[in-house]
This record gives sequence, C-alpha cells and structure tokens, in this order.
Amino acid sequence: MITYALIFAIACYSLALLFNLYRVVKAPGVTDRVLALDTMAVNAIAMIVLFGIWEGTALFFEASILYAMTGFVATVAFAKFILRGDIIE
Amino acid sequence: MDMFWDIVISALLVIGGVFGLVGSFGLVKLPDPMTRLHAPTKAATLGVGSILIASMVWFAAKQGHLTLHELMVTVFIFLTAPITAHFISKANIFRDWPADKLPRPAGEGDWAVHTADADTSQGELAVERETEAEEKAD
Repeated sequence: MITYALIFAIACYSLALLFNLYRVVKAPGVTDRVLALDTMAVNAIAMIVLFGIWEGTALFFEASILYAMTGFVATVAFAKFILRGDIIE
Repeated sequence: MDMFWDIVISALLVIGGVFGLVGSFGLVKLPDPMTRLHAPTKAATLGVGSILIASMVWFAAKQGHLTLHELMVTVFIFLTAPITAHFISKANIFRDWPADKLPRPAGEGDWAVHTADADTSQGELAVERETEAEEKAD
C-alpha cells in the first residue's frame, strides 16, 4: 500500500515541478519567476525525501537540508536584488 | 499494528502529494501576482511538511529507529517560507504597484519600498521603470 501512495506522491510532485517549470519559462512578471523558483526548491526537497523513502535509506536528509538552506538564501538574494538593486549593502 | 502504520504513512503521503500539486497548480492558475504568491507558500509548505512527517513515521515504524532530521527540515521550511513570501511580496509592491495606487500606511511616512532616502539604488531603478513604461506606451 505504501508503494502505491509513494508512486502517487511522486507523480503529484513531478506534475507540480512541471507546473513550476512552465511558470519559470512563461512568467508575467519577474517576481512570479522568483516565486516559481522558490516553489521549485521546496518541491525538490519533497522529491528528495520521497526518493529517500523509496530507497529505504536515511542518506538523503542531509541533501534535503542543504537544498532547503540554499533555496532559502537564493530566493532572498533574488528578491533583495529586485527590491534594492544590490544584495549586501 | 503494521497495517495501522501502513495506513497512516499512505494517508500522509497522499495528503502531501495533493497539497503540493494544488500549490503548484495555483501558481499557474490564479489571476494576479499577489494571489499567485498565496498558493505555493501555504499549500506547498503544508504538502512538504506532510511528506516529511510521513518519512519520519516510516523510519520509526519500518526501520525501528526514530530520526529527527525531518523535523529539522520541517521547522526550517516553516520558518523560512513566510520570510521568502514577505520578500517576494515586497519586491512585487516595489515593481508593479505605483505609489498612488497603494492604500496609505498608518501614521506618518510612506511604504518602506517607496521611500527614496532608504534606497541608494532607487534612482537607477526608477529610471529603468520609466523607460519600461515608455516602451509599453509605444
């Protein structure tokens, strides 16, 4: 039963990542693009964790933590750059 | 008892998948930038939180050792999602909303994104926005 739920969740997140990719490529404004990239990072974390359950190994947590951190810093840097034209003032 | 944990983990996985999908679908579907901001920051965060809790329960129930790594990731995402949403909404106000369209903030002064003295690069960007507006008008 877990296998089916896992496949369902992976399918959902794959579709979600495709939606995000569409929004990154075809965005009405630059903030939408940043938001889509942020959502992409969050969805990628979910994918990494799901892959960890699929493989049955605890090896992927560190990867997901690193991804969470870099995703957050990247989004803040992008937003700061749009807002101020500079990242560290 | 094994069956019980199977049901719990499967339910969490399905809920997480649906929320993640709804969040990203909202990003594509909703009409304007502020509503688009709302969908992924709420739904996707909840979805990822659910997936991470499912992973935690899975390792506790199936492998027999409780790991708290996932809880760390969950807490981190729940802390950072509002910050990124706030930053993106500020950038959105700065780029897409002219100062006279915004409602007035309480008390003295203007919105922080529109005060010229707080921002060293305002001049450049204002010029850039003006040229953009002119291009649109043409």
